[in-house]
Amino acid sequence: MAFAAFATAEALPQAPKRRSRIALFLLLPGILYLVLFFLTPLVSLVLTSLQAPSEFGDIGQYDYAFNWQNYVAVVEAYLPHILRSFGYALVATVLALLFSYPLAYFIGVKARRWPLLQSLMLVLVIAPFFISFLLRTLAWKQILSDESFIITSLKALSLMAPDGHFTGTPFAVIFGLTYNFIPFMTLPLYSTLERLDTRYLEAGSDLYANAFTVFRKITIPLSMPGIVAGTLLTFIPAAGDYINASRDFLGGPDTQMMGNVIEANFLVLQNYPAAAALSIILMAVILVFVGVYVKRSGTEDLL
Amino acid sequence: MVVREFAERGADLELVGIQKRFPGFTAIESLDLTIPAGSFFALLGPSGCGKTTTLRLVAGLEEPTQGRILIGGKDVTATKSHQRPVNTVFQSYALFPHMTVLENVAFGLKRRRIGDPLGKAHEALRLVELDHLAQRRPQQLSGGQQQRVALARAIVNRPALLLLDEPLGALDLKLRRQMQLELKSIQEEVGLTFLHVTHDQEEAMTMADTVAVMNKGAIEQMGAPEVLYELPRTTFVANFLGQSNLFTGAVVATTGAAITVEAGGSRIVVPTARAQRHQGEVTVGVRPEKVVLHLEEPTATPDRNLLGPGRIIDVSFSGVSTQYIIETPGLGTVLVFAQNVGMGPAAAVGDEVWVSWDVEHGFGLDDDPAEAGRFPADASTRSIAVQQREALVTELEEN
Repeated sequence: MAFAAFATAEALPQAPKRRSRIALFLLLPGILYLVLFFLTPLVSLVLTSLQAPSEFGDIGQYDYAFNWQNYVAVVEAYLPHILRSFGYALVATVLALLFSYPLAYFIGVKARRWPLLQSLMLVLVIAPFFISFLLRTLAWKQILSDESFIITSLKALSLMAPDGHFTGTPFAVIFGLTYNFIPFMTLPLYSTLERLDTRYLEAGSDLYANAFTVFRKITIPLSMPGIVAGTLLTFIPAAGDYINASRDFLGGPDTQMMGNVIEANFLVLQNYPAAAALSIILMAVILVFVGVYVKRSGTEDLL
Repeated sequence: MVVREFAERGADLELVGIQKRFPGFTAIESLDLTIPAGSFFALLGPSGCGKTTTLRLVAGLEEPTQGRILIGGKDVTATKSHQRPVNTVFQSYALFPHMTVLENVAFGLKRRRIGDPLGKAHEALRLVELDHLAQRRPQQLSGGQQQRVALARAIVNRPALLLLDEPLGALDLKLRRQMQLELKSIQEEVGLTFLHVTHDQEEAMTMADTVAVMNKGAIEQMGAPEVLYELPRTTFVANFLGQSNLFTGAVVATTGAAITVEAGGSRIVVPTARAQRHQGEVTVGVRPEKVVLHLEEPTATPDRNLLGPGRIIDVSFSGVSTQYIIETPGLGTVLVFAQNVGMGPAAAVGDEVWVSWDVEHGFGLDDDPAEAGRFPADASTRSIAVQQREALVTELEEN
């Protein structure tokens, strides 16, 4: 808005012009912050992703270039990781939605008559945040390890092969992602469902819709903003997550996601251009995905 | 048991021994009501009297604690809301915000898989003269337009019974009058049974064939509007439906044709046929527009009740009529509505006046006299409603 005011300032009399300058002045800290902490790293990342190895340098020494083949190279090398990232994130998002919707519906609609229960359940949803998410994921690694009570019991009951594992499998990674992002799904869903006007549901029922149709035709569309916000808050960080899939946590050699590859390229292999190129690809795919998703779900107001 | 076809015509609604208890209070004590097919029935009462609960019971949005609900002779007590041949125009309209006006109107038709839902929806919108706004969203319409969409969304389904929950409450006076007439003509056109819940006594009288005045979860009196107005049976009806001058006193003389009540030193004669009680302490009354104001003492005649002299304590001019409040010693205040047939008010504050009315216009109430006089005669319907509500609330809290 301030930019619009600035753009038309010339056509306007003196006073608005001064006001637009004040607006710009007030925006200065924000703009500076964005330039410093968002734009600069982004430009630096783009430049890094195009670097080429120094001709006579050591490992980890690169020169600025326009080496766009980096992108082709990383896609060729890491296509399984890229697909895995988005696949896991997608499954985890769907699972989180399936778990969170009934929970959020209960807290936001059914529990309205008992405010105490409502607050208690909300606290329980938020409670995991009081413990670091690394610790919680490590705890799950313990709980699901081969020697754990759960796994030994499952093996004793022949529900799992004697030499089977749970940690290190895609299931464990997806489980971890789902578990860690459920609060991010539940809270936006709750905030929309809490405002859901149940008179619309009564009107639907009055107009010959059975409970399932009322849910499908009225409750779901009216809670769409919460669904979109929740899925974005889950999908975006889940796609870039490198904790759950890490070998130190719930993952194994075959469950590595883009985050793990980027981490390895930056910190271990010192292949900065590859890491940067992967980061840019991750960001671009997410941006395209989010744009299409929001457009299709008809909730552009959210962006 | 989804109703897949249009109702041919309205259906009878029968409520048998209905009782509804909520945790902590009883909304409806015991209600028996029969609404004949094709009629326009109004349930009139102050907020909290149980009228909206009654409507929700009929719609299937609440379950009765006891009793049965029959629509067209079929017991629907155990059926769900979506299985009943009933549609509701909600007080809040409850138009789906994520659908266009047309989708809203077609919603019920699509659920019942009735052919050509969009065509029929357009037709219903034409009936309420809103077809040109079919593609808009409800929130882009004015209150009156939304109300008409809500009406179209209900009547397009041709329900055997249409429920109206104070649908005109949010409209301004002029639009409300217009909508009242439109509703009435639509009802006559489509021949459905309308059950209209309202706290607006004028609205109820203008639109309905039969009005039931509801108070504290029970029906106080039921009948054609003019019968209810001319011959109220209880203090509540006398004051809620229009305004009344009420006087309480002992019956001092009884002839075959009339009883005479002595109240505050004056004698008031009421025809026996128009009095509910004929002995002991009784409350009698007369409507303020039946009372004539005299600036000089008229000669007493046996066919007119005469009170006075009194003093005018308030005059309010409202265009077609003037309202006088007269302080009469021993009788409290008397309210007089005088048509402004001449020019302006005929008397001023402080004038000494007499009032008289035709004996035939008086009525005698059925209440215990202790209950009478609970409301000052000059109270407006609104303040009576508020008082009733407060009384009800204290009563509910006591229980």
